[in-house]
Amino acid sequence: MAQPGNKPVFAPWNDPSKKPLIQFKNVTKKFGEFVAIDNLTLDIYAKEFFALLGPSGCGKTTLMRMLAGFENPTSGTILLDGQDIAKVPPNKRAVNMMFQSYALFPHLSVANNIAFGLKRSPMPKQEIPARVEEMLRLVRLEQFANRKPHQISGGQRQRVALARSLAKAPKLLLLDEPLGALDAKLREDTQFELMDIQEKTGTTFVIVTHDQEEAMTVASRIAVMDHGQIIQVDTPDKIYEYPNSVYVADFIGDVNLVKGRIGASDGEKYSINWAEGQPAIKAAGPAGIAPDTECHFAIRPEKVAIAMEKPTDKPNALQGRILDIAYLGNVSTYHVELDNGIIMKAQMANNRRISRRDLTWDDHVWVSFTETAGLVLVK
Amino acid sequence: MNFRRLFLIATPYFWLLALFLVPFLIVFKISLSDTAIAIPPYTPTLDLSGGWASIKSFFSELDIENFIFLTEDSLYWKAYLSSLQIAGVSTLLTLIVGYPIAYGMAQSSDSWRPTLMMLVILPFWTSFLIRVYSWIGILSNEGFLNQFLQWIGLTSEPLTILNTNYAVYIGIIYTYLPFMVLPIYSALEKMDGSLIEAAEDLGCSRLSAFWLVTFPLSRPGMIAGCFLVFIPALGEFVIPSLLGGSGTLMIGKVLWEEFFNNRDWPVASAVAVVLLLILIIPIILFQRNEQKQREADQ
Amino acid sequence: MSRKFTWFNATALTLGFAFLYLPMVILIIYSFNESKLVTVWAGFSTKWYGELMQNDAFLSAALVTLKVAALSSTFAAILGTMAAYVLVRGGRFMGRTLFSGMIYAPLVMPEVITGLSLLLLFISIGLDRGIFTIVLAHTTFAMCYVSVVVSSRLVTFDKSLEEAALDLGCSPFDAFISVTLPIIAPAVISGWLLAFTLSLDDLVIASFAAGPSATTLPMKIFSSVRLGVSPEINALSTIMISIVTVGVITASLISKRSIGQRERDEQAALKQ
Repeated sequence: MAQPGNKPVFAPWNDPSKKPLIQFKNVTKKFGEFVAIDNLTLDIYAKEFFALLGPSGCGKTTLMRMLAGFENPTSGTILLDGQDIAKVPPNKRAVNMMFQSYALFPHLSVANNIAFGLKRSPMPKQEIPARVEEMLRLVRLEQFANRKPHQISGGQRQRVALARSLAKAPKLLLLDEPLGALDAKLREDTQFELMDIQEKTGTTFVIVTHDQEEAMTVASRIAVMDHGQIIQVDTPDKIYEYPNSVYVADFIGDVNLVKGRIGASDGEKYSINWAEGQPAIKAAGPAGIAPDTECHFAIRPEKVAIAMEKPTDKPNALQGRILDIAYLGNVSTYHVELDNGIIMKAQMANNRRISRRDLTWDDHVWVSFTETAGLVLVK
Repeated sequence: MNFRRLFLIATPYFWLLALFLVPFLIVFKISLSDTAIAIPPYTPTLDLSGGWASIKSFFSELDIENFIFLTEDSLYWKAYLSSLQIAGVSTLLTLIVGYPIAYGMAQSSDSWRPTLMMLVILPFWTSFLIRVYSWIGILSNEGFLNQFLQWIGLTSEPLTILNTNYAVYIGIIYTYLPFMVLPIYSALEKMDGSLIEAAEDLGCSRLSAFWLVTFPLSRPGMIAGCFLVFIPALGEFVIPSLLGGSGTLMIGKVLWEEFFNNRDWPVASAVAVVLLLILIIPIILFQRNEQKQREADQ
Repeated sequence: MSRKFTWFNATALTLGFAFLYLPMVILIIYSFNESKLVTVWAGFSTKWYGELMQNDAFLSAALVTLKVAALSSTFAAILGTMAAYVLVRGGRFMGRTLFSGMIYAPLVMPEVITGLSLLLLFISIGLDRGIFTIVLAHTTFAMCYVSVVVSSRLVTFDKSLEEAALDLGCSPFDAFISVTLPIIAPAVISGWLLAFTLSLDDLVIASFAAGPSATTLPMKIFSSVRLGVSPEINALSTIMISIVTVGVITASLISKRSIGQRERDEQAALKQ
C-alpha cells in the first residue's frame, strides 16, 4: 500500500476518537437453512479503501448487497453514519454500487448512463450536464459521451460504470469484483487508477474481490472471509507478514506450512518439534502458547535461503534434495524435499542472468532461515 | 410500492381467473346438467336468491347422465377413437416428412440457414385458414393433383382425395410441419459435428453413424415435435371440416356441430370435458420431456 | 453438425420447401385467372381483385377483424407483459402455481374448448356478444402467447440492471419504466405482432365469441369456402399472404441489419 512515510499515517482504526462510517453489529444472514453471514461484527471508517477478500461463497458479496440494500440481515444491525439502515430501501441510501457486470443501461448513451442517478436526485436540472462533464473528465472519457455501451471497449465500460456510481457523490461506494472482466495487463493499470480516483474524490470504497493481489494493491485494510465469518481484518502488510491463522497464511500468497508441537519456549520464542531426528525449528510467535500445543510453522518461500553448504549464521538449517525448479523469470522457486519427505519451497531472486546454474535437480542442499522469518500459528 | 405489486399481480391474475378458469368451471357444471327447452337450454340454473335450500337442490340435480350418454352413443366414442387415430397417423407422417427437412437445414451452410429458417417460419405467420383452403383446389376431383396425375398417365380416372381422411392427413401435415421441423432442427443444430467424425473414425459407415449417433441425439427434438403436432391435431376443427368428408369423424367437429347445429349444450360440454381429460396425458408427458431437456441442458 | 453438401440434403430441402410453398404459389397464380373455374387457366386478369373491392361484406368483415386485432393485441401485450414480469420477477405469492398453469394451459387448449367455455361464460353473465366479446376472448388467449415470448426474454435479462437502477435512486416502478421496459421492448413488440396475427387468423374462438352482430374476416372466408373454391377468396388470400410476407421479410431484414451494426460497433470498440 502506497503510504508515503512523511505524511501522517492514515489509520483511523487505531484512533479510538474516530467514529466508524459503517458498523456491522452481530449481523447474521440466512437464506433458508444456509447461513451466508454468521454473527459478524465489523467497522469500516470514512475514506477507507476496504477490501472484502475470500473464495466464492464466503459471504463477501452478501455482505456488500446488504450495504447496498438488496438484502436485509436476518438478525443484527448495520449502521451507516450511526443510523440503522435496515428499513431504508436501496433507492434512498447514500450508497452506490458498481456492479460486476457493470450493469450499464444498453439503451442509454454513456452520458445518459452517468446522468441517470443525477436525474433522480435533488440536484437542479441545469447543473446535471456540468456534473456529467466532470465525471467524464475524471474517468477520461470525454470524447465517448454520446456512444452507447456496446460501442466502447471493456475497460471503457468499466470506467463508465465507475463514473456513474460516483456521480451522485455517495458516502460509500461499493465495488463488486470491479476488475474481474478485464485482462491482466489492463487490470493492473486500472487498479492504480481506482486508487487515484478514490483519493481524489475522498469517497469510502468497499471492494469485493477474490483476487488477493488486487486486494493487496488497492486496499487500506483487508478483511479475509470464510464461511460467513471474518477471519482477519488488517492492513495488507500485516495480513501478509502476520497472518493470524493457517487459513489466512495459505490464502494470501505462497507459504510453507510445517505441522508440529510446541517444545521449549522463552517469552515469544518457541522451538517446534516437527519430525523425529530433526533439529527443532526456532521461531517467533504470540506469547503464552502452552508447551505441547499442536501448531503450524508458517514461512514464506522468499524468506527461505538455499545453499550448497551448511550456513553457519542461521539458527535454522535443514538438509534436503532439490526435487523441482520453477523458473518464473524474476525469481526461481526450488522445491526441496527434506529428509523426512516434507517439501519446502525456497525462492531466490534471479539477480543475474543465469549463465551457469550452480543449483540443479537432485543436488543435496541446505535450506535455512532466521528465527523471526517464520511464524507459529495455532489456529 | 406494495399496492403496485398487488396491482401488477392481481390484474393478469383476475383476468385469467375470470376469462379462463371460471369459463371452465361453467363448462364442467353444464356438462352435469340436463338438456331443456329453455333459455339457457339446460337445467338446473343456480338461483342464489333461494338461499341454502336452492343451492342444495341445485347440486342434487347435477348428474353424470351426459357422460353415460357419450359412452352409449357410438358416434362419440368412435369420434374420440378416430380423432386419436387421425392425430396419431398424421403426427407420424409429419415426422417422416419433417425429419429430412430439418436434417437438410442443419447440414446447410451458415449463410443459408437464416433464410431456410425464415422459410419454415413464414407459413406460420400466414393465415391458417388460407393454408388449409389452398389444398381444396389441389385435391378436388378436377384439382391440380388429379390433372397432374392424369397428365403423366398414372391414372385415367380422377382419384377422390378431397372429403376423405387422406385429405385431412395432408392438411395436418401441411399446416403443422413447421412445429415438427423447428424442434428437430434445433436438436440437430446443437449437435457437435465431431461426434459424427468420431463415429466414422471408429469404423462406422456414414449410414450407421447416422443411425447410431445423429438419430438418437435428435430424439428429444422429435419427441417435442410429435407432441406439438399431436396435441393441437387432436382437437382440430378447421381441417376436418374443410378437407374432410361427412365420414370424417373428429371430436372438434362433433363438438361444434353438437353446439351450433343441435344446440345441445350439456352434451357439447361433456364432449369438451372428456376431450380435455384425454389431452391431459400427452400434455403431462410433453411437459416432462421439456423438463428433462432443460435439466440436461444445464 | 458437420456441414457437407449432399444430394440427399439438397433433395430433401427442395421437396420440403416445394411442399410448403407450392399450394400458396398456385393459389396466388390462380387469383389472376380470368375464369371463374379456379382450376382451369383462362388468361391473366385482375378482375377478381376488383370484385373483391366491391364486396361490402368482405370489406366490413375485414374492418371488424382489424379493429378486434388492434384492440386485443394491445391489451394482450400489456397484460402479457405484466404476467411475464409476475412469473419471472414476482417472487412468491398465493396461488403462483395456479397462475403459471393458467398462463400455459391456453397454449395447448383446443380452440373449440376455449371458444365454447367463453361463450358459455358470456351467456351466463348475460353479456351481449359482439366485437367486445371477441376482443375479450382474443386478449385472453393471446396474452398467454405474449407472456411466453416476454418471459423468455426476461429470464435472460441481467437482473443487476434493475438493481443498478434502484441503486441510482429509482423506485421499483420507475426502474421498470425507464430500464426494464425499453430493454425488453423488442420482445414486447414481437409479442404484440404475434397477438395481432393470432387474432387476424382465428376462426374458431371468434365464431363462438361473436354474436350474430359481428362477423370477422376468417368467419366470412370460412362460410364462403365451405361452398367451394372461389377466385375472389384466392384474391383475398393473395393480398393477405403478400402483406404477411412483406412484413416478415422487412422485420427480419431490420433485425439482421441492427445485429450486423451492433457487431461492427463491437468490433470497432475492441480496436480502440
